[in-house]
Amino acid sequence: MNTKFTTDTKLESEIAYFKNINLKLESGDLIDSFKLAFKTYGKLNTDKTNAILICHALTGDQYVAGNNPITGREGWWSRMVGPNKPIDTNKFFVICSNVLGGCAGSTGPKELQNGSDVAYGGNFPSVTIKDMVKAQSLLIESLNIEKLFSVIGGSMGAMQALQWAIDFPDKILNIIHIAGALKHSAQNIAFHEVGRQAIMSDPIWKNGKYFENNEVPERGLSVARMIAHITYLSENAMHRKFGRKLQSRDIISFGFDADFQVESYLRYQGKSFVERFDANSYLYLTRAMDYFDHDETFRKNIEFSHNPNNHLKYLIVSFTSDWLFPTIESKMIVNQLNSLSREVSFLEIDTDKGHDSFLLEEPQLDDVIKGFLTSNFTKIDE
Amino acid sequence: MNKINSIRKDWSLIETLIAQDRKILDIGCGDGGLMEQLENNRNAMTHGIELSRDLAANAIARGFNVVHGNAELDLSQYSNNSFDYVILSQTLQAMMKPKDILSELLRIGSKAIVSFPNFGHWKIRLQLLISGKMPVTESLPYTWYDTPNIHFFTIKDFLNLCNEMNIVIEKSIGLTSKGRQFDISESVTGVNFFTHEAIFLLSYKNFEPIKIKSSKKVFAKNSVIAN
Repeated sequence: MNTKFTTDTKLESEIAYFKNINLKLESGDLIDSFKLAFKTYGKLNTDKTNAILICHALTGDQYVAGNNPITGREGWWSRMVGPNKPIDTNKFFVICSNVLGGCAGSTGPKELQNGSDVAYGGNFPSVTIKDMVKAQSLLIESLNIEKLFSVIGGSMGAMQALQWAIDFPDKILNIIHIAGALKHSAQNIAFHEVGRQAIMSDPIWKNGKYFENNEVPERGLSVARMIAHITYLSENAMHRKFGRKLQSRDIISFGFDADFQVESYLRYQGKSFVERFDANSYLYLTRAMDYFDHDETFRKNIEFSHNPNNHLKYLIVSFTSDWLFPTIESKMIVNQLNSLSREVSFLEIDTDKGHDSFLLEEPQLDDVIKGFLTSNFTKIDE
Repeated sequence: MNKINSIRKDWSLIETLIAQDRKILDIGCGDGGLMEQLENNRNAMTHGIELSRDLAANAIARGFNVVHGNAELDLSQYSNNSFDYVILSQTLQAMMKPKDILSELLRIGSKAIVSFPNFGHWKIRLQLLISGKMPVTESLPYTWYDTPNIHFFTIKDFLNLCNEMNIVIEKSIGLTSKGRQFDISESVTGVNFFTHEAIFLLSYKNFEPIKIKSSKKVFAKNSVIAN
């Protein structure tokens, strides 16, 4: 066993500790030791060919399926992952880890700095998607898995999957990239900036040191979530769900209460988010997404710097009503891959549920993921 | 002949035009039926494009490399000569710009395979002549106002276009409406009359570079000025 890694089990979540590893971040900063919280589902087969890494989105965590002890609710993709589900844990060994910089047990601004009893807060170094993936690759190594069958993710998870294909092509066989892009667009950075400004202008935030008084910048964080939540839906979906329906009243109040159902819904979303997510972590992770940009480099990356990526299969999926990561962004990836004659499949799913579609009931998404995994797994299993 | 048999027949003829272990792009690949056949029987490496969302989803779920997209918009993303064969089966007549598509096929592929229903078949000519209305037949079963086939052409038209575009017809297979198979280039008379469906294997002419001796230019047959 490599002594760099230790893993132990804590209640329902496993934690991998990486001691004195001096993880060099893209920013140039070093993290000498860190930990990643992760969950596994299903069993690794004897040949270790059935491992799938699922990468979570901005506010996700390692609890992809089953019960999430933080929220007390079902895992964020439990409709997709589990026994006999599209990502079938009877067949595959599924790993999901909380990203570096996250707040569900992995090293991040909420955690104590190495060798001290003070949390990082704003002293946490800036992390990027590339750094997250590097940390994940160490986790996969510590689990003694040489090659992942697949890396799957939506939104920020899709960014990670693409980064895997660029940085570790020889350690994976395929990626499923859902509702993502080669780069974070100006509009998306703008929305993130509004969210961050909401948090940072909350007087309780105190330059990220709110934890010193055991406080949480609730107002700022919930406003950030409300803004972001709008971008995850579509106009049609919102209209279908809420229209102009009033909340717990028959007539408008001529005031600023939550007259409309949509207001009440957003307020609820903001409030419940504060209970489960760390404000500093939100700043760091949105920044990591903003810095993601392979628009110029992607072709070069897969063409020149990493030749062992010829075998990779790519499944790229977008949604018609997703205006945060619109189809055109996915098609840029597809075009690049096709121009290099790579094995790429692409599907734009017709739905009005917006960016959040990948988390919701979309039978065609289920079918395509299940079929893609099953048929490609059969090919390597032969 | 019903539609399914007709497509299968088309596929098996296309298969005869394809060598082993080649890289193939199937345009309008449906749920991957032809790709599957060519992978199994010719050990081909296949890619496909399909306009229909549901068919593309089926093909992807069956493990094929299929891009959901529109051939008229999306062919430009493929590099020159990135495939050995590009197949366009029964679709040229439905394209907005058939000539552009044809040149795209031969830009992406070393060879192209194109199949289409012949509008010059005697039954079609007779229908138009006698009834004075746009023909509706087994292979072209749509009325004029709802047909996806917007560019009707005959074998003669196609051969003229190939000639104009410097495209060489390497092989050609004709099918009569009874399914009888023949070589279009060998049967000179009545081909355009009796061919119900045609399948062509196409490539560009190989131009010999011009050899310049002193100041006199020597032009070889089929030559073009190459720089």
